[in-house]
Amino acid sequence: MSAFVFRHSESPEQAARWDRRRSLATQLRSVYGRAYPRIIGARREPSWLLFEILLPFLTTSAFVFVYRALDAPAEFIGFVVLGGAMTAFWLNILWMMAAQLYWERDQGNLELYFTAPISMMSILFGMAIGGLFMSGTRAAVVLIVGATLYDVVFAVEQWLLLLAVFFLTMAALYGLGMVLASFFLLSGREAWHLSQGLQEPVYFVSGLNFPVARLGMLGAVAIATIPLAVGLDAMRQLAFVGSEHADGVLPAWMEALILVGMAALFIGLARWMLGQIERLARVEGKLTVKGT
Amino acid sequence: MRAACRGIGEPAPMKGPRRYGRFARPHAQRYHRELIVSVSPTSLAIDARAVRRVYKAKPEPIVALDGVDLQVEPGELFGLLGPNGAGKTTLIKVLTTLLLPTSGTARVFGFDVARQTTELRRIMNIVSGGEQSGYGLLHVREQLWMFSQFYGLGVRDGWRRVDQLIEAVGLTEQRLQKVSSLSTGQRQKLNLARGLLNDPWILFLDEPTLGLDVSAARQTRELVQQWQRALPGRTILLTSHYMAEVDELCDRLAIVDRGRILASGTSAELKRRVQRESIFLLEVDRLPGGHQALAAVRGVLSAVEPTAHDLGSAADRQTVSVKLTLDDDAALGGVVGELGRMGASIVALAKSEPTLEDVFVELVGRGFAEREQEPAEKVR
Repeated sequence: MSAFVFRHSESPEQAARWDRRRSLATQLRSVYGRAYPRIIGARREPSWLLFEILLPFLTTSAFVFVYRALDAPAEFIGFVVLGGAMTAFWLNILWMMAAQLYWERDQGNLELYFTAPISMMSILFGMAIGGLFMSGTRAAVVLIVGATLYDVVFAVEQWLLLLAVFFLTMAALYGLGMVLASFFLLSGREAWHLSQGLQEPVYFVSGLNFPVARLGMLGAVAIATIPLAVGLDAMRQLAFVGSEHADGVLPAWMEALILVGMAALFIGLARWMLGQIERLARVEGKLTVKGT
Repeated sequence: MRAACRGIGEPAPMKGPRRYGRFARPHAQRYHRELIVSVSPTSLAIDARAVRRVYKAKPEPIVALDGVDLQVEPGELFGLLGPNGAGKTTLIKVLTTLLLPTSGTARVFGFDVARQTTELRRIMNIVSGGEQSGYGLLHVREQLWMFSQFYGLGVRDGWRRVDQLIEAVGLTEQRLQKVSSLSTGQRQKLNLARGLLNDPWILFLDEPTLGLDVSAARQTRELVQQWQRALPGRTILLTSHYMAEVDELCDRLAIVDRGRILASGTSAELKRRVQRESIFLLEVDRLPGGHQALAAVRGVLSAVEPTAHDLGSAADRQTVSVKLTLDDDAALGGVVGELGRMGASIVALAKSEPTLEDVFVELVGRGFAEREQEPAEKVR
C-alpha cells in the first residue's frame, strides 16, 4: 500500500461529516498544536535565557538598588521583584500575541489557519498557552532568584485567593492579547511600532515598580482598564499582608471581580473581532492574503 | 461537456471520469442521499458558475475574475494556465473559502464555498509555491505534526501520518532537521506533505514549482502524480504559468486570461484548435526523387526543406530533411511507400506538435511574456 494512503473516507461527503465530539476534539488539538512551537522554542533556543531572563532582571535589580539607596521600606523591594516577574507577561502579550497574527500573515500561516477546519480562537488560545508557558518560566525565575538574592519576605494569608488572582490576571491579560492581535492585524500598521508604543506606557501606569495607588486618578483609570495594573495591585495586597504600603486602590476581592469581568470582556471581544477579521478577509480580500 | 468555456465555447470531450476511485460509486450515492439537505446534488469536484470577483482599488476597482464557469470532475488533475495576473490565484482563493465571490456561485464537491466553509475545509488542502509557512525552529517532523493537529488527527495518529508522509515525499534524512535549514526543494516537499496530512479529497496547488530548480520541480511533479495514482478518486486543481508542466501533468486544462476562461479541454484538443493539419519532420539517408516526389503523394499537402529552427539538433547531420504537411496522419503510409520505392531509408521521423504557448497566442493575440507587461484589468 502506498505511503500516501492513510485513512479512507468513502466519499467527500462522508469525510466532511464530523460529529460534535470530533469537532470539539479538533479544536482542542489545535490549541495544543499551536502551543507546541512555543513550548519547544523555549527549549530549543537557549539564547532566550539571556534576552528573556538575564537582561530584564538587570532592570529589576536597578530599581532594587535605587530603593535601597533611598532607604525605602523593605516591602518595596518585594514590589519591584513581583513587578519584574509580571513584566514577562506583558512583553509576551505585546510581542508574541498582539503582533503575532500580523507576522503570521506575512509568513503565510494565517491563510493556512483560515483554510483549516478550526476556529481562529483555538489558534489564539494555543498561542496564549504557549506564551504562558514561556513567560511563566521567566517570571518564576525572576521571582525566585530576585526573592532569594534580595531577601524578599512574603506575607501571604490567602494562598487560594492569590493563586486565583494570578490566573484571573493571566486570563484577562491574554484575553487582551487576543484583542490586540486582531486589532494589530486590522489596523494594517506596522506591528512593531504599535508594540513599541504600548510597552513603556503600560509599564508605567501598571505600577510595575511601585504601588499603582500612588498614581492617584491615573492609577484608578489603569485599574479599570489594564489587567496588569489591577492584577498586580491585588497580588501585592495579598502577598504583603500587613504592610502599610501595600494598600490597593480597591480591596483585593473587588479587584478579582474586575479581573473576571475583564477576562470575559476581552475574550468575548477577541472572538467577535476574529469573526470580523474573517469576514473582512473574505469580502475585501485583504488580511489573509500576503502582500495586500 | 464539463468545462464551460467563455470566448471559444466549443464542447470538449474528456477522459473518463474516475469518480470516487476504487470505492464503489453506490457508496458515494448513498452518502449523497443522506446529506441531501446540506449538500448540493452534484457529482462535480468543482462547479463554478459565473464567478466574478472585483477587488477594491484606487483609482478604480480591479476585476480579477470576470464570469468564470468551470466544471471539474472528481479524480481529475485539472490545470489553470495563464500569465501572472490572469486570475488563477484569485479563483483558487475563492474555491478554498479565503475569498467570497463578488457574484456567481461556486461549489466544491457540492459544498458552497460561501456558506459551507467548515465542511469544505475538512476535505481540502492547499499548497502554494514558495510557501514559507510554519516555524523555522521546529523540526520537519514537528512542523508536520503541528499542522496535523489542525485537522483533528489524534496525537499518535498524527505522528504516524507524519512519518508516512515524510517517507513518501523523501524527507526521511531531514526529518529531525530544523525547517529553517531546508533547501527550497526540500521545503516544497515539506509543504506538499503538509497539504496531504488530512487526506484531502481535493488538493489545490497554486504554482507548486515556482522558484524550484529543474530537479526539484520534477520531483514535485512526480510526487503529485504518485499521490493521485495511489488515491485515484482525489482531485487536483493546479495553477501554473509553466506550460510544459500543465501539459505534462493535467488531464484537462483551461487557459485563463484577464479573469476569463478562454478555452478548456485536453492539451491535445486545445492544440488541435491551432493546427488542423499533421506536420512531420522526416529525416532520410537520401532523397533521389527530391522533395517534389513526396509532395505528389496522395494526402501530402506539402513537402519542403525545413528551416534551421524546425530542425534543431538535426541540422548538422549528413542526411536529408523534409517537413511534411499532411491532411491526416494516415497519409504517412503513402509517404513511407514512396520512400521505399526510391530506396531511401528513414533515419528519424517526428511529429511536430504546436505548444500551449501557440494556443495562448492564438486565443489572446500575444504571448505570456508580453501579456504580463500589460496593466491589470480595470472594472467596466
